Amino acid sequence: MAARIGIFIVFVAVFLSIPAFSSAQDLQIVNAERRIDLSSHIVKAFLTVKVENIGKDPAAEMLLAFPPTQIKNLAMVQALAVTGKKKKKTYVPLDVKPTEQPDAPNDTGYFRVSFVSPLGPGETITLEVLYILTHSLEPFPVEITQSESQLVYYHDSAVILSPYHVKQQTTFVKTPSTRVESFTSIEPANRAGKEIKYGPYKNHAPNSYTPVIIHFENNSPFAVVEELEREIEISHWGSLQITEHYKLTHGGARHKGVFSRVDYQSRRSVSGASSFNGLLAVLPPRVNSVYYRDDIGNISTSHLRTGFRKSELEFEPRYPLFGGWRATFIIGYRVPLEDYLFEASDGRRYLNFTFGCPLVETIVNKLTVKVVLPEGSKDPSAVLPFTVNQDLQVKYSYLDIVGRTVVVLQKDNVVPTHNVPFQVYYTFKPIYMLAEPFMLVSAFFFVFVATLAYVHIDLNIVRK
Amino acid sequence: MGGKQDSTKSESMATTKTAPDLLNSSIFSFKSLKLKTKQQELLIRVSILGLVYVLAFIARLFSVLRYESMIHEFDPYFNYRTTLFLTEKGFYEFWNWFDSESWYPLGRIIGGTLYPGLMVTAALIYWTLRFLRFFVHIREVCVLTAPFFASNTTLVAYFFGKEIWDTGAGLVAAVLIAICPGYISRSVAGSYDNEAVAIFALLLTFYLFVKAVNTGSLAWALGSAFGYFYMVSAWGGYVFIINLVPLYVLVLLITGRYSMRLYIAYNCMYILGMLLAMQIRFVGFQHVQSGEHMGAMGVFLLMQVFYFLDWVKYQLNDIKLFQTFLRITVTSAILVGGVALGVGTASGYISPWTGRFYSLLDPTYAKDHIPIIASVSEHQPTAWSSFMFDYHILLFLFPAGLYFCFKRLTDATIFIVMYGLTSLYFAGVMVRLILVATPAVCLISAIAVSATVKNLTSLLRTKQKVPQSGSTKGAGSSKASSKVTLDQSQPFQKNGAIALLLGVFYLLSRYAIHCTWVTSEAYSSPSIVLAARGAHGNRIIFDDYREAYYWLRQNTPTDAKIMSWWDYGYQITAMGNRTVIVDNNTWNNTHIATVGRAMSSYEDEAYDIMRSLDVNYVLVVFGGVTGYSSDDINKFLWMVRIGGGVFPVIKEPDYLVNGEFRVDKGASPKMLNCLMYKLCYYRFGELTTEYGKPTGYDRARGVEIGNKDIKLEHLEEAYTTSNWIVRIYRVKPPTNRL
Repeated sequence: MAARIGIFIVFVAVFLSIPAFSSAQDLQIVNAERRIDLSSHIVKAFLTVKVENIGKDPAAEMLLAFPPTQIKNLAMVQALAVTGKKKKKTYVPLDVKPTEQPDAPNDTGYFRVSFVSPLGPGETITLEVLYILTHSLEPFPVEITQSESQLVYYHDSAVILSPYHVKQQTTFVKTPSTRVESFTSIEPANRAGKEIKYGPYKNHAPNSYTPVIIHFENNSPFAVVEELEREIEISHWGSLQITEHYKLTHGGARHKGVFSRVDYQSRRSVSGASSFNGLLAVLPPRVNSVYYRDDIGNISTSHLRTGFRKSELEFEPRYPLFGGWRATFIIGYRVPLEDYLFEASDGRRYLNFTFGCPLVETIVNKLTVKVVLPEGSKDPSAVLPFTVNQDLQVKYSYLDIVGRTVVVLQKDNVVPTHNVPFQVYYTFKPIYMLAEPFMLVSAFFFVFVATLAYVHIDLNIVRK
Repeated sequence: MGGKQDSTKSESMATTKTAPDLLNSSIFSFKSLKLKTKQQELLIRVSILGLVYVLAFIARLFSVLRYESMIHEFDPYFNYRTTLFLTEKGFYEFWNWFDSESWYPLGRIIGGTLYPGLMVTAALIYWTLRFLRFFVHIREVCVLTAPFFASNTTLVAYFFGKEIWDTGAGLVAAVLIAICPGYISRSVAGSYDNEAVAIFALLLTFYLFVKAVNTGSLAWALGSAFGYFYMVSAWGGYVFIINLVPLYVLVLLITGRYSMRLYIAYNCMYILGMLLAMQIRFVGFQHVQSGEHMGAMGVFLLMQVFYFLDWVKYQLNDIKLFQTFLRITVTSAILVGGVALGVGTASGYISPWTGRFYSLLDPTYAKDHIPIIASVSEHQPTAWSSFMFDYHILLFLFPAGLYFCFKRLTDATIFIVMYGLTSLYFAGVMVRLILVATPAVCLISAIAVSATVKNLTSLLRTKQKVPQSGSTKGAGSSKASSKVTLDQSQPFQKNGAIALLLGVFYLLSRYAIHCTWVTSEAYSSPSIVLAARGAHGNRIIFDDYREAYYWLRQNTPTDAKIMSWWDYGYQITAMGNRTVIVDNNTWNNTHIATVGRAMSSYEDEAYDIMRSLDVNYVLVVFGGVTGYSSDDINKFLWMVRIGGGVFPVIKEPDYLVNGEFRVDKGASPKMLNCLMYKLCYYRFGELTTEYGKPTGYDRARGVEIGNKDIKLEHLEEAYTTSNWIVRIYRVKPPTNRL
């Protein structure tokens, strides 16, 4: 065992510079268990760590480290502090923030987890960390034909990258099927059914890293929305109109050569296994006036099921999507205003709506949410649980004179976990609601007045 | 016009009267609200016209309700694409647009080869709506342009009817034209084609011209010239105007109806109309050089000779002298004209008539000489049934209307009779020209209906009034009523009149029912989306065209060149956004023939042709799985004919067996191995299409195909839509020979 650890240290020396963390040495991880779920193209990793303060001063925070290949694909990191024993477990969400470390080895990225209360010397705390990786399954072979199934690589480390000393750790990797072409074996490692187990490993120095590659079959739909623009238009006349522009692509292994309709329709199970046709969007419960179309017209293959808690829109793009194929489309719907617009205690109004993409199990590379406030709204401000780029625009819609303020929220790398409510606060005087009807009425009035005037005016030069 | 002014005056008088009444006492105010007969009539007329206006619009919305707000058929897609370009890039860019996406590798100068009227109209509507803060999509504007102009046409029909007969005929004409299937066929929502605005422009020009002839007013003639300009900018059918109007003038001259009014109307309309028309780049100098426009110029010169002779006659004041002068002038004028025409034609300055024009005068011309014109279904001679289908009772009312017109011959009725007869002839030559005849047929039928109903009702009224007042003065001054009063002694006259009136109303209601039925069943299908009834009566939608076009748009390289038969060219460029080899413009017969040749050759030969044209994808339409009959196999003989017309290697008999076109085992070997056959039936032999039938059973033609083992060497299947209607093949790059 000692010899093996020696090898690991060599590994570390090769991959990373020698760590020199002063504060890091105050904490150590007593036990860590990581479960990586590779069953879809969104990689979810659940990390349970038991942290102990071995220093003299209380520690207020700890660091989570990610290798540079993962940090750019990291969609979300959440941490919960677990208190209590088995049945009476309570979870307290902790604040997680990306942070820069001046002496980070090899561009390692860090997240700082702040404890609820500082961890005293000798105390331990159990944390549950969830992090989600996108675009982390690399198809190999890069191009496949219609009859082949899709094989992908997953790169990670067998041991958890951490700036702290890790006493004991285990990693479980779950693959979507039992077909695993190969995996890097770091003893003790074994595979049983859909699960590969790495570990338990003992006593790893800080910043240890042991690259592993898993090559396995994954035919789950690699639905990647390259760009999604959601426009939420508030009308104080009673509805919320949502228009979503999708640029969808199949992000898996590229399709090569022939597409055969005969094979596709008669041998569906083996032909085009990695392609997908149906998609599911989860929409708000009281949704109405749903439409599904694209640049050249309506697409007739969709079904809507409305329910009490949610509505489901099942739809198909015009053609099945094979690797690398694209489809753009628009989904639009309307929801009643009273479910989503409220008045705050200070008299301001706020919209409370879901942020992310309604499609299940999809990655959105670039999400733009535009909240179109009614004409005459002032002082907009958005409140979100995570950082996004914010901007203001002006949009002209029906019968607008000064234009509507648009709050633009933009975020990259969005996964279904981002489907959390966000709020947009603004001030609005109800009198502005009457501007448009008044304009219409006055327009008609002027038409009638003009007609009256025309009838009564004699434009003839010569009197008849 | 006079009547209108009168009515407005009386209306204003009435309002001035009511004002003091209202002030004085409220008891009288109710009484004063009662309108005079004339005002009542005006109110009824205006409300009928308003309702007809709305009716004409909503009757055309079946397709939007049944399917969706979308552009129909083939040519409208080109118009839509150009309109989109116009609204995005502006007018100058549009005018100078060189389109490299069509007719690869030739390209097309769009600005110089289209009639911009429709696009500019739609763009103006769009910009106006935008200015008024109605942020509509340009597609909605394009879809609703045709119904909107159909509504406007009903108004023009009303004024035209009023001009040639009376307001009653005008109203009936407006109602008839609002729902006439012959017009609806080309103006349903989504049928965004030149004809949509052109019929409006045509009728407006005619109306204004007749008005100008009737009044001799320069203003109306000017209006007519501008109407003509709009028509020229919108549709190639303007040639009909520029030939009908001179013909009409000629007839008036011959029948001795020459007048100063006619002189003013025609000269103003012709000169200004010509100058304006020449501003349209597609027409340009053709207006003074081509054979189709020579008639108008000839009549214009003749008009001057007439005027000159009139003047000389007045100056000479001597009949004998004048007649010698007349002889000399006429002979020399004819000689000079003949020589000028001869020299012009011989030197090529005056171009001869085009093939389309010939095919109008001689229905058999196209069949023998220009297969590309003959191959279009809407250029076929009209069948009797389609006359019945499109006109219904108008077909019987038309002769009756002619009778009334001849009975009351005026300059205006002569015009409408000539318009009706000539356009009806053209409608017989080409199916699509039923559209041009429709307004005339509606107007003449309206005269018949209006005159009949008027006679009958006045007959009823006079009989009622006789015992009351004893005089018939108040019953109206029409001839019919005075006649009726004379032979009052005829028995059962009243009952007969009532029966006849009921008959007329029955006929008209049948007409309304027929029109609605035809519109909803026959003319409201977008032909991009196909609908069928399933086994359980449910509606099945085949959206394969758009599936394929969208696939092309999203999943092929942006510079890919698509080869298909020319029918689908406009749709591929508009919906697929890809370059095509040939499209529906059909200006270059050789290019189309090259594609026809490729489709009818063996794969190796076709491969060389496709390589020389840089083709990346080949698209074919195939209805064998769904039973969709207007597919490429059924169009195939035209490809052979058009290809063979330019390249004699392609011979039609090679594809036929005993003069019969077959695709089953008995088909000719050339047919079974040509590119089109291979592409349509590739791997079709493995498929069971219908229960109880062998594999490879073609449902469109009802046979089992003859070649089930098709191997492709130079092409590979790139995409086939879910119902197999569109099949796309990728042309493989040449293999490396090492």
